[in-house]
Amino acid sequence: MIMKCDKQITDLMHEYLDGHITKKDEQTLRSHLQTCPACQEHFHELKRAISLVKANSDLRPSSSFTSQVMNNLPKERKRIGVQRWLRMHPLLTAAAIFFVMMFGGVYSAWDQDHQLSYPKGKNLVVEDDTVIVPEGVRVDGDLVVKNGNLKIDGEVEGNVVIINGDHLMASTGNISGEIKQVNEIFEWLWYHIKDISRSIFDMTSK
Amino acid sequence: MMMETKIKEYIKLVKKGDQAAFEEIVLFYQSKVFAICFRMIGNRHEAEDIAQEAFIRAYVNIHSFDNKRKFSTWLYRIATNLTIDRIRKKKPDFYLDAQVQGTEGLDLYAQIPADQALPEEEVESIEIQSYIQQEIMNLPAKYRSVIALRFVDELSLIEISEILEIPVGTVKTRIHRGREALRKRLRHV
Repeated sequence: MIMKCDKQITDLMHEYLDGHITKKDEQTLRSHLQTCPACQEHFHELKRAISLVKANSDLRPSSSFTSQVMNNLPKERKRIGVQRWLRMHPLLTAAAIFFVMMFGGVYSAWDQDHQLSYPKGKNLVVEDDTVIVPEGVRVDGDLVVKNGNLKIDGEVEGNVVIINGDHLMASTGNISGEIKQVNEIFEWLWYHIKDISRSIFDMTSK
Repeated sequence: MMMETKIKEYIKLVKKGDQAAFEEIVLFYQSKVFAICFRMIGNRHEAEDIAQEAFIRAYVNIHSFDNKRKFSTWLYRIATNLTIDRIRKKKPDFYLDAQVQGTEGLDLYAQIPADQALPEEEVESIEIQSYIQQEIMNLPAKYRSVIALRFVDELSLIEISEILEIPVGTVKTRIHRGREALRKRLRHV
């Protein structure tokens, strides 16, 4: 039954059925089939098997198929809407993120330190919650005092900032720069914003 | 060709959040996806279940679909992967892989005498259809996936290799062996 030609010729049959056969191989196959009834039968059976499987392939899903898929889709329109908005307004998004982070950070800084703070190592004297620049002492550069009052009897070569406290005037005191007093959260914020923008401009101007 | 560009338009709409546009995609591909799943799993109910899941996954992951590629390749890959997973999870399949290499020999369906099969004029009949499907089910799952893709949608060997992520040479071997197996099983039908 099994002829010598089988393997080589059936390979050609499959290549023909794959649609990947060279003209030369197709010619070989054709001329062989004309002379070999066994291969002819084989080829016929292959084609028949294919047509049987294909004839069967107008399989249809149930008529509710599409509606069932649509009903089971996740309801994510809102999320997509938000995503799309964010993508379409990158500048506003960046600004929103910037403000959330900045206010958050600044607020927590405000919330956290209620302790008296002042620059150390400048010969300043502290009495209760008052920081004193004693007579004869000269502070070079800016002076920032948080959560306390400031009394200047000596000299300050720069700006003075008092956060959450008062400036107790002393006639003898001498400040070369400005005095800023910050008591409310919004002023604190404003001070920070100015501070940040000043450092940004400093950076860009360098 | 026209349809492929239309589908691409619908995909763009879906990506923008237009859920209704996805319905057109489902309507267009439902029969083919269902038929591929059915050829592989052999059960209408399961095939429908898997095909629906395939569409839902396609929808959820639509942003990962590259519009420069062919949509059907991507969709069929989701469907065949889901079906292969389902076949693996099923109980040991006593008839599926029992007769792997020897496409001849005894198995459950080969024992049905050939002349009990229905006459040729009734090729369309349900009985013949289920008989053919049973013969396909006798092939190992890896042959069924190739056969399903080749005969349901006439896909090229290259497309099949992209869908199943296997080399073209492997696709070729499996199609050839699958055809031979079906020839032997269906010669008396």
